[in-house]
This record gives sequence, structure tokens and C-alpha cells, in this order.
Amino acid sequence: MMMILAWLPFYPLISFALLIVFQRQLSWQLASVISVTTVFLSAISSGYLMWQLTFNDVSSLSVNLWQWFTLTSFDTGATHPVNIAFYLDRLSAVMVCVVSGVGFLIHCFAAAYMKEDPHFHRFMAYMNLFLVAMLLLVLADNLVLLYLGWEGVGLCSFLLIGFWYEVPENAAAARKAFIMTRIGDTALVIGLLLLFTSLNSLEINTLNTLAQGEWPLTEQRTFWITLLLLGGAVGKSAQLPLQTWLPDAMAGPTPVSALIHAATMVTAGVYLIARMHNVFIQSPEVMTLIAWIGALTLLLAGITALVQSDIKRILAYSTMSQIGYMMLALGAGAWSAGVFHLMTHAFFKALLFLTAGAVIYALHHQQNIFKMGGLLKRLPVESAFFIVGLACLVALPGTSGFFSKEAIIGHLWQSPTAGPIFWWLAIIGALITSIYSCRLFFLAFMGSARENISIVKNDGVLIKGSLSLLVILSLLGGWLNIDLTSVFQPLTTQMMKQEPSWLHSVAVATPFIGIAFSWWFFREYRLGHTTKIAQSYQRIEINRFKRWCYSGLGFDTLYTQLVVVPFTFIAKVNRKDLIDQLVMLCAWYAKLLRDVAASLQNGLLRWYAAAFACGLILWLGAWLV
Amino acid sequence: MTAIPLEHILILASVLFLIGFVGVIVRKNALFILMSLEVMLNATGVAFIGAGSVWQQADGQVMFMLILTLAAAEVAVGLALLIRMKHQYRSLDIDVLSDLKGQ
Repeated sequence: MMMILAWLPFYPLISFALLIVFQRQLSWQLASVISVTTVFLSAISSGYLMWQLTFNDVSSLSVNLWQWFTLTSFDTGATHPVNIAFYLDRLSAVMVCVVSGVGFLIHCFAAAYMKEDPHFHRFMAYMNLFLVAMLLLVLADNLVLLYLGWEGVGLCSFLLIGFWYEVPENAAAARKAFIMTRIGDTALVIGLLLLFTSLNSLEINTLNTLAQGEWPLTEQRTFWITLLLLGGAVGKSAQLPLQTWLPDAMAGPTPVSALIHAATMVTAGVYLIARMHNVFIQSPEVMTLIAWIGALTLLLAGITALVQSDIKRILAYSTMSQIGYMMLALGAGAWSAGVFHLMTHAFFKALLFLTAGAVIYALHHQQNIFKMGGLLKRLPVESAFFIVGLACLVALPGTSGFFSKEAIIGHLWQSPTAGPIFWWLAIIGALITSIYSCRLFFLAFMGSARENISIVKNDGVLIKGSLSLLVILSLLGGWLNIDLTSVFQPLTTQMMKQEPSWLHSVAVATPFIGIAFSWWFFREYRLGHTTKIAQSYQRIEINRFKRWCYSGLGFDTLYTQLVVVPFTFIAKVNRKDLIDQLVMLCAWYAKLLRDVAASLQNGLLRWYAAAFACGLILWLGAWLV
Repeated sequence: MTAIPLEHILILASVLFLIGFVGVIVRKNALFILMSLEVMLNATGVAFIGAGSVWQQADGQVMFMLILTLAAAEVAVGLALLIRMKHQYRSLDIDVLSDLKGQ
């Protein structure tokens, strides 16, 4: 069992090395078999370990591979080893299963989807490397190893968003994602250093044991540590102040959007907070802050998704909004509900993205929903898959999204760090979710075709198979019973408010209200009035409020004005600074010497003779003197 | 017969040498450069003869014989080269031969 755990993250690494070394010498079949089977091995191992944990009464597993380096603490001078060590408990087992399982299905899809791409091998290699980094992040026994995986997924995200780097926008999107998450990463690493100087340990178990007993730090220190850790999580999970990179990250190939920007990497922030929940409990202010960030992000992303025209951007904003729900759950102390929603969201969002990818592929890379229409008749199988995904997103009763979202909403009212106001925000968010889902569905799938594009048929068994498995997971994922009580102790609740009796019925009814509203409000989209749809498409350009919503509530403009413009201004002013001049002096000096040397070699015999004589005179003179 | 002091001989030789050298540097015509070279060779010859007569040794005259032979051979080769140069470049300007500077 130890060996299985030790090998789990490294199978895809082998595939990565093979693909990078041999590149195009491998045929498509061989390359895809290698990359998919190695991920499959990881998925099988994680499934086996999950089964062991669930049924064989093993509470946790850990394996220590080797010592990486040692850290010396400032005050005592004692050394603390930092090991490459893995730790598997219920929480990380759930994460590993989601990452490798969903990752496996997405790899199957990607192998077929990217078949025609000339850089197929590089693509699959990056995907494999991403899985290695993500599995390291999840399995890490200490925060330093977790940080290694954290940076690894950031790197792979950069490489994959900019995979089609010949288009400048894609490269810019990749840079934006990298820089925005880097701000969060910097906060995280400062938080880690602060944690180490305060407690002399970065091992997750030691920290959790410390936090469960007598917490040795002052309130202010704890506040800053948790705030900085939260900063890292906010960056990686695309939450409120650092959320602008996620919609642009849709520049990458669709399997990347599914794997990284919906199912796994963006949930790393949620995982970090859940992993360190014992530390976060010590600082109720930060818990409330997490809840606020989650609630505001889910509303903001929902409002933005209401006016988007690109199918992938709508899904990206809905990802932001769903992660907002997870953050809200974490802030309210509903740890297991948050992780549960993480799992079900991974299933149905991967399904939605991959189906969107299949639709986009079928329509010759048309991503604008205003130009689609009538897909229900033309692509019936994909439409059925998409309906399932949307039903989960909207949280219709019986689907997996229903169970997890209701679990979150149910915890909010009574939570000591959240409260009724968060409950109302979550309900409004759910309403908006159902409205934009209906809008997307009506525009893209109902009515009649607005552009006469021939459909590219793709009946690959890989694509259909992986989508079908995701459909099953999305529908039945809610029944997977994940018991996380061994990891999460319930918050010490002093029951402040009595729950009103109408709470649950309102929460269940909300999606239906949203659907009924959009059935009436978007009836033109539903019936496919071509002129009305064209008008409302133009209104996004003209109407100022809609434009503002369309651009993500102006955050990009705000950051451009606040950061980018002053920065470029300073850079321009500082163009000829002193250091530059010093450096340029060397260059100028070298150029002068070059010019002198070049003019000496003029090919004129008489000059050579004169130079010869001068040299002789100088030499003789020096010798005589 | 009064003996001429060595210094005077050496000054004469130096002046001749310098005149020859300046000729080599200043003249553009290859023929004149060759003639200036002869002047320089003769300057060394004067120095050897003078030194030989001052020290009453035959070595100076032997060296001068050598220089004369050398000069004759050198002029023969030099003139041959000049004829080739005139043939090939239609000019005796030494600055035409500047291929050594590279392109």
C-alpha cells in the first residue's frame, strides 16, 4: 500500500519524460496510449487507496520518500528536515480521486480532440506534467512540497493557456494568468515563512495538532498568517480581487479549460484552506472574510455571465461563481460541504466544458452562442450531455450539484462566521445561475440555426465514452458518500438563531423560479426570433451598462488604470536611469574599441609600415629607458 | 688623413635611413617605394662600412657585400612584381592593393 501511494503521482511523470524526449518519433497511437495509461494507473491506484481508506478502517496513510533539504529556525538554530513525503487521509484521498479520475477522462477526450494538432505530443506532455504537480500538491505532507506542486500547476497552466502561442492574444492571456496568480503565490510564500518563523514547522499534521490543542500564537499573528494563506488561495482559485485571469485563460485548448480551469487547478485554493482549516478556525475574522469573498465573487461572476456571448467564457464565469460557493462554505465552516461541492463541480464542469469543446469542434470553432442556435436537433447527443451538465449546475433536485449546493446553503444561516445575509446572497446567486444557464441553453441549443454551418461529425469512441462516464458521474455523484468527519471537526457552534422553517423549500424552489423567469423573459431566444437575437447581440455593444457587465464589471479597466498605466509611466520615465547609463558606458566603450580596431585593419600597406615603425620605436624606447 | 669619428658616420646613416623610411611611407608609387627601400639598405651599408673602418676589421665590408647581393636580388623580384602589378591593375598605386582589409 505504501508503494502504491509512493508511486501514485509519478506515473504521469514517466509519460511526460517519454513524450518530451521522443516528441514526434512516437506515433499518435503510441503517444496517446502512453499518456492516457499512465494517468489511468494513477487513477486506479487512487481508487484502490480510497477503497482501503473507506472499508478497511485505515484512518490515514503516510510515506516518507527522502529528505529534500533542511530549514534552520532563526531563534533556536535547530534544523527541521523538509521531506518529500506523502500523506493520505480522507480529504486528500477525495482530492486525488477527483484529480486523477476526472484527469483520466479528460486525457481520453484530449487524445481524440487534439489529434490533428501538429504539437500533440507537447500538449499531452504538459497535461501529464500538470497532473504530476497537482497530485504532489494534494498529497504533500508539508507545506513546502505543497508549494512545489502549487507552482508546478501554475507553470503548466501558463504553458497550456499559451499553447497556441502564435496568436498574440493567447500569449498575453498566458502571461496575465501567470502574473495574477503570482501575486497570490507571493502572499502564500510570505505566509509560509511567517508560519515557519512563528511555529518552527511546516508539516501539516504538526500544525493541525498544534491548532487543536493550545494555539501558541497571538491573535494578530494568526490573523496575518491566515490572511496571507488566503491571498494565495484567492489567486489560484480566481476569487474576488485576483479573479480577472480566469476568463482570459479560456484562450487555451478546451481540454485545458476543462482540466485546469474548471475541474482541478482552480480548486487548489479551496483545498489549501480545507487542509489548513484548523489554523483558519483560530481566526474568525478571516473566516468571515473568506465568506464575503466567496459571496461577492459568486454574485459578480453570475452577473457577468448573464451578458457574455462566448460559450467558454460563460462557463468560465460560472466556474468562478461555483468556486465562490465553495469559498462561502469554507468561510462558514461547512468544510465537508465545500469539499463535496468541489467534487461534484469537478464532475459536471468537466462535462460542460468537454461537451462545449465537442460542440465548438462540430461548428468549425464557432464559440459565439448568438451565432449557434438549433443545436438540439443537429447535435442531439451533445445536447443531451449539455442538459445534464446544466441541470447539475443549476442544482435541479436529484443531480449531484443539488446535494452539494443544498449542503452549502443549509449551513449558512446558522454558521457563527456567516449568517442570514450570506444565505440570501447564496440564494440570489443560485437564481442568477439558473437564469444564465437557461439563456445559454436557449441561445445555443433551441430555436433554429442562425448560421448555415455544416456540422463536423466526430463519432470517436474516446470522446463519446469519456463524456458518457462524466454524465454518469454528474448524475450519480451526489450519492457518493464521502465521510470527512475524521478530518473535519465540526465548528463549536453556539446556536445563535433558530432556522425558519421555510429555508429549505425556498432553497429548493429557487432554480425553478429562475427557469420559469427565463422561460418567460428569454422567450425570443427560446423561439429563435433571428432579428430580435441580432438586436440583443448588438445591444451588448451599445448599452453602456451591458458593456460594463460584459467586461467583468470593469475590473480589468480598473487594474489597468491603477497598476498598469502608472507602472508603464514609471518605466518610461525611468528609461534612462543611472544604472542604465553605467551599463551603456560599457557598451559604448566596447564599441569605441571596436571602431579603433576596425579602422586599423584598412589594408593599406603604408599604414601597416608606419604602425610597424611606431611600434618598434615605442618598444626600443621602453627597452632603452 | 684625419679619421672621421664614428658618431658622424652613424648620424649620416640614420639620416639616410630616415629619408628612405619617410619615402616608403609617403610615396604612393610602388616604384618609388622600391627606390626608397634601396636608400634604406644603403644606409645600413654605410653604417657597416664605417664601423668596419673604425675598428679596422674586414667584417663590415663582408656584411656590405651581403647587403649588395641582397639588394640586387630584392630589386629583381620587386621589379618583376611591379610589372605584374602594372599588368593586372593598370596602376602602380600601392593603395590599390588593399585586399587585406577584408570585406
